[in-house]
Amino acid sequence: MKRKKVFVLAALLSLGAIIFLGGCSTVVLFDPKGPIGEAERFVILAAIGLMLIVVIPVFFMAFWFPRKYRASNTASTYMPKWSYSGKIDFFMWAVPFAIVTVLAILAWTSTHALDPYKPIPSAHKPTNIQAISLNWKWLFIYPEQNIATVNQIAFPVNVPVSFKITSDTVMTSFFIPQLGSQMYAMAGMQTRLHLLADKPGVYTGQNQQISGVGFSDMYFKAHAVSRKEFQAWVQKIRQSPEKLDLNRYEQLAKPSAGYYPVTYFSGVKPGLFEDIVRKYDPTWKETPGTMSKSSASTPASTGVLGGK
Amino acid sequence: MFGKLTLAAIPFDKPIVISAVGGAVFLALVILGLITYYRKWTYLYHEWLTSLDHKKIGIMYIILALVMLVRGFSDAILMRSQQAVAAGGHLGFLAPDHFNQIFSAHGSIMIIFMAMPFLAGLMNIVVPQQIGARDVAFPFLNSVSLWLTAAGAMLIMVSLGVGEFSQAGWSGYTPLTEKAYSPGVGVDYWIWAFQIAGIGSTLTGINFLVTILKMRAPGMKPMHMPLFVWTAFFTSVLIVWAFPVLTVDLALVTLDRCLGMHFFTNDLGGNMMMYANLFWTWGHPEVYIVILPAFGVFSEVSATFSGKRLFGYRSLVYATAVITILSFSVWVHHFFTMGAGPNVNLFFGIATMLIAIPTGVKIFNWLFTMYRGRIQFTPPMYWTLGFIVTFTIGGAAGVLMAVPPADYVLHNSLFLIAHFHTMLIPGTLFGFLAGYYYWFPKAVGFRLQENWGIRAFWCWIIGFYLAFIPLYVLGFMGMPRRLQHYVNPAWHPYLLVAALGTALIGLGIVFLGVQLVVSIKERRALSDTTGDPWDGRTLEWLTASPPAAYNFPKIPVVEDIDAFMGMKEKDVAYRRPEQYSDIEIPKNVPHGLIIGAFAFLGGFAVIWYIWWLALVSALGILGTVIARSWDDDPHYLIPAAEVQRIEDERHRQLAAVAQRCPADAPASPEPVPGR
Repeated sequence: MKRKKVFVLAALLSLGAIIFLGGCSTVVLFDPKGPIGEAERFVILAAIGLMLIVVIPVFFMAFWFPRKYRASNTASTYMPKWSYSGKIDFFMWAVPFAIVTVLAILAWTSTHALDPYKPIPSAHKPTNIQAISLNWKWLFIYPEQNIATVNQIAFPVNVPVSFKITSDTVMTSFFIPQLGSQMYAMAGMQTRLHLLADKPGVYTGQNQQISGVGFSDMYFKAHAVSRKEFQAWVQKIRQSPEKLDLNRYEQLAKPSAGYYPVTYFSGVKPGLFEDIVRKYDPTWKETPGTMSKSSASTPASTGVLGGK
Repeated sequence: MFGKLTLAAIPFDKPIVISAVGGAVFLALVILGLITYYRKWTYLYHEWLTSLDHKKIGIMYIILALVMLVRGFSDAILMRSQQAVAAGGHLGFLAPDHFNQIFSAHGSIMIIFMAMPFLAGLMNIVVPQQIGARDVAFPFLNSVSLWLTAAGAMLIMVSLGVGEFSQAGWSGYTPLTEKAYSPGVGVDYWIWAFQIAGIGSTLTGINFLVTILKMRAPGMKPMHMPLFVWTAFFTSVLIVWAFPVLTVDLALVTLDRCLGMHFFTNDLGGNMMMYANLFWTWGHPEVYIVILPAFGVFSEVSATFSGKRLFGYRSLVYATAVITILSFSVWVHHFFTMGAGPNVNLFFGIATMLIAIPTGVKIFNWLFTMYRGRIQFTPPMYWTLGFIVTFTIGGAAGVLMAVPPADYVLHNSLFLIAHFHTMLIPGTLFGFLAGYYYWFPKAVGFRLQENWGIRAFWCWIIGFYLAFIPLYVLGFMGMPRRLQHYVNPAWHPYLLVAALGTALIGLGIVFLGVQLVVSIKERRALSDTTGDPWDGRTLEWLTASPPAAYNFPKIPVVEDIDAFMGMKEKDVAYRRPEQYSDIEIPKNVPHGLIIGAFAFLGGFAVIWYIWWLALVSALGILGTVIARSWDDDPHYLIPAAEVQRIEDERHRQLAAVAQRCPADAPASPEPVPGR
């Protein structure tokens, strides 16, 4: 039994190490760079802490009972017919119930507070980014700046970022771990995600959902920078000779092999994002704050991009 | 003539695949050769392949499960090795299309072709004996279920060498599994292997539901049933409720793929979210389908080896019932990140947390069963203790992910992988391995060697923590699941440790093999002549080991839970009846085997668009069913004299044991090992 003790202890210690060495920058979920990520870290730690109320006694009993009541220890009490105790039964149900009640309250408040669709209150107007999942790269459109990028975004720090997300391929999941919540990208639909970075830095973003052979290469960098740097970045992209018209888009949307290099487009066909959504659901209209799949079935797609 | 099938379907250009196929074919040829050499074909055919005896069907199920465990574990080794080397610019040794097939096959095999046959096998061997019955309600249907499951498993094995397997994960999310994104036959192999085995599972569910409801021994009220029977009952309920959803869901994908329909496509009104909803409407109850029987095993094992009645029997039964009901109200927690509103996510999140309550209750029940007992540290007890500790960690991780905002960052990460392996390996496999050891003497007549079992346990448990604790950390480090290669160097050391852990688990599997071989060699010394090697409490220990075809010469009358223990205490357990009567037993028939063979051919035909063969197979199945229905005399009679002869022999053995150790006749023939 000794060896087992050692191992569980090691497991617990390593978990503890993760939590307390959270500052270690490689454990990204414990090193959030924005309020959403921070709140989610709190939820994780609070839930773990609450559950330890049950987990620790279980560990204790799982080692102490077998040790004490091993067959060779004939000095211990032996009650072969004893099979029920109302008191124990009550606590067995009541303690987990109480913990789940507290957890449910935590879940209730945090789920409403951290709803990815909910805009983040701020004095600043949010940076709007449209994210489109392609095989196997991320296309980002900045509608207000009329620019687009592949596999790179930048936004000013301490300003909310408002994502509109869709897919021109299979279902994928848009995720920047250090900023918080992920959100699925689905064709013919628009999902929403609101994030904010309160510390400048470069954070990795990725696709979290298997989407075919190029899945592993579907990552990007998110640059949280000062307003000035952001303006400079936008200016840099405006210098790019490339424009994202329909032809170029269709070329881009084709499956690519390996990591797709960062690409800048100094102009974007107006309404491209909406066109991509309508390619699969011509009746689609933006209804803010809800899932945007129209319920009616639709006639053959003859969207702007010509359907499939 | 051969549809889409050409010689190009065999992946000669992939040395890893070809050597795996070569190895598997070679092994199969060796086994077939040995059977031929020892002239065992007729024995195999008459005694096993065509058998309707629930005990033999159970053994065949478990053999299938163990073979598929090895196959599924080979996939795990490949995945862990790939991720151990494919770091920082290296692409590893598996191309993405191959790697994606491997993780898809690993999940599919472990759930559908390892866990499901294993639980069906244990239920087959144990349930009828525990309720004092001579067979299941529908013995022929039972044989059909077995061979359908085997046909599905065979399809997955064939996909290794002919064509490819799905690259879309075991959950096969649309639209990735639609024709537009997966034009090959891989997804079709996945669909048809699931469909054929799924029908087998549904029939098993129906069979055991009826068996437990209708065939209990006189006097056995529901609240007298052993806990394993209760869990088998609730598992059957879940199978019957959940599996049809999967069947329909996959049928709709098939319509999309074969007939160009649009249930789950991106365009033309298809709704991919509906696929995920339907899949997990089956998929989450499926988790409980495979876990509940293991809970039953832990209940039996902890009571027997603590020498004590099960603590809080009623609590355990109600907890199982609550889990059964709640398991249908949590499926959305598999996709909190799909964009549903907070209230929808909360409903399913809180329902998920609620499941933790009855599950926690069960953990306490097993602990208090040990409390004030006399615990013998046999391998099943090790598995049980390993389970309690590990499962508690996994459960806590699960409750954590039930809080939607936590899931927003942990979803689809390696944390999720670590979580569900921490549920399913202890919660299912440890339970089944405990059951395998516990009921092995009952099924074949001799015990398994203990030391190798304990060694295997230590390899498994240490290997498990080494393999999965790093994955929890990697989840916190933001690593997604299913990556074929990655650039983040910080992940690499953890993946190396995980690979090491997997190797140790591999050693555990080898030790289980050694245990089996050693036990067969030492079968005389390990033989169980009493039928009751562990001082058991429930009715299956009343029969001989292995039991006669009819299990019980006279159906026992039950008065309480732990019926057999009660009989032993009143000293009536081995009392012989005045006289025996004739016993009716179902005849062995080949129809189940034939239906399974046609199902395999039909599945293969549909996958490759060989329509004539599909038609022939469908007609073949129909014809076999009709032929079977013409059989007016499906039973044979064991005459009373024959029963008398068998029972005389059994009681002679019992008397011999009683003479050797008169103190506590047929109880544990082994000194209690204290550790």
